[in-house]
Amino acid sequence: MALYRDHAVVLRTWKLGEADRIVSLHTHDHGKVRGVAKGVRRTKSKFGARLEPLSHVTIQLYRGKGDLDTITQVETVDRFVSLRSDPDRFARAQALLEAVDQVAQDREPDPELHVMLVRGLRTLDQSDAPLVVAAFFLKLLDHEGVMPELEACVSCGEDNPIVAFDPIEGGVLCRDCRRGRPITPEALETLRRILGGGLAGVLAEPVASHTGEVDILATLLMEHHLERRLRAVAVLDQTQY
Amino acid sequence: MSYSTTVQELIDQLGRLPGIGPKSAQRVAFHLLKAPSEDALRLSRAIIDAKERVSFCSRCFNLSEGGDECAICLDSRRETRMVCVVEDSQDIVAIERTQEFRGRYHVLQGAFSPIDGVGVEQLRVKELMSRVADEDIEEIIVATNPNLEGEATAALLVKYLKPMGVRVSRIASGLPVGGDLEYADELTLGRALEGRTVLDTGNDSQP
Repeated sequence: MALYRDHAVVLRTWKLGEADRIVSLHTHDHGKVRGVAKGVRRTKSKFGARLEPLSHVTIQLYRGKGDLDTITQVETVDRFVSLRSDPDRFARAQALLEAVDQVAQDREPDPELHVMLVRGLRTLDQSDAPLVVAAFFLKLLDHEGVMPELEACVSCGEDNPIVAFDPIEGGVLCRDCRRGRPITPEALETLRRILGGGLAGVLAEPVASHTGEVDILATLLMEHHLERRLRAVAVLDQTQY
Repeated sequence: MSYSTTVQELIDQLGRLPGIGPKSAQRVAFHLLKAPSEDALRLSRAIIDAKERVSFCSRCFNLSEGGDECAICLDSRRETRMVCVVEDSQDIVAIERTQEFRGRYHVLQGAFSPIDGVGVEQLRVKELMSRVADEDIEEIIVATNPNLEGEATAALLVKYLKPMGVRVSRIASGLPVGGDLEYADELTLGRALEGRTVLDTGNDSQP
């Protein structure tokens, strides 16, 4: 199979040579794939704007001998117009892309992750709900099999009142074992609802006092799992004022 | 086989330049070693001169030679009420080639790209805001690239400049001259339709 077709979200692009670009894609059936879009930077290119980061496309690629496939055809599925015109949402959408780019493995099919990313971007495009990024990070960790323990204290397992949260321990801690950072009951409840099937309800809520806390906790967990800082999140913090 | 320390150092330094891999670095190094010494010295002198004399303009962050402000900012014939915002100094050269713009510039030194860690603080946005506050500027023309990062940069500038009461415009985008509608992508074609120009209003009673 030299030529193949797939659905894909463009994660990142790099310039290559005079007029080409390397495009990093997360596909439905082929995992993370890097392809070369020949001549895409020329004004007369047939790909044009379709291969910019954030685009959801159907794509045809040619699998050659090397690491990079050659992109032969692209059609747009979603353009996510509001993500492009609002700097704040743009930064948040890039945070999703960065997280997926870090988690996904080359040519390791993960249709569920692809669907999650598309849904995440669609939600962000349509609603601008405050907790989309945090919820996406938590669901992504769940998908990776590293969901934090939120029910009982991770250290002693007793059903004592929860007061702290530590990404290194991998969950919440009671008063006797507390470590890491304090957690409020509202934030804990929100985390439980996101991972326990109450996602739609959480996303429908307006900004509250614990929204920032949930955001920070989700980012801490994500960065702990990736073992690196997320650059888009750092930029996001300076955009909000 | 490894080279002497001096040659290896030259190869290593050349290899750090963009677009030059280890093999190319080797080729350039040997070319320089074989070339007459005045050729090599001329190159080294050019690098030193450029680094010593060229700096960033204190007003617009364009490249400026031998002074605090660049030649465009110092030119008294230039319109001072129009400022064209671009991503890089190279873009100024492109716009100057059109000979359509007689105002001043402002170079952001990059584009808004959170995934690369470039946010408001990494761009010269604050400097642009203080120019709008201090100078008598009527219009800001945003001439960032018509790609994802450039559009996001434009949206970001609108967000920051809105409270300042200055006219902000965006360069038009559409189909390239000599292009073909059939092969145009939806985004470009959509933008071309959105920003269409009126050929005839249809209101004239006389021919």
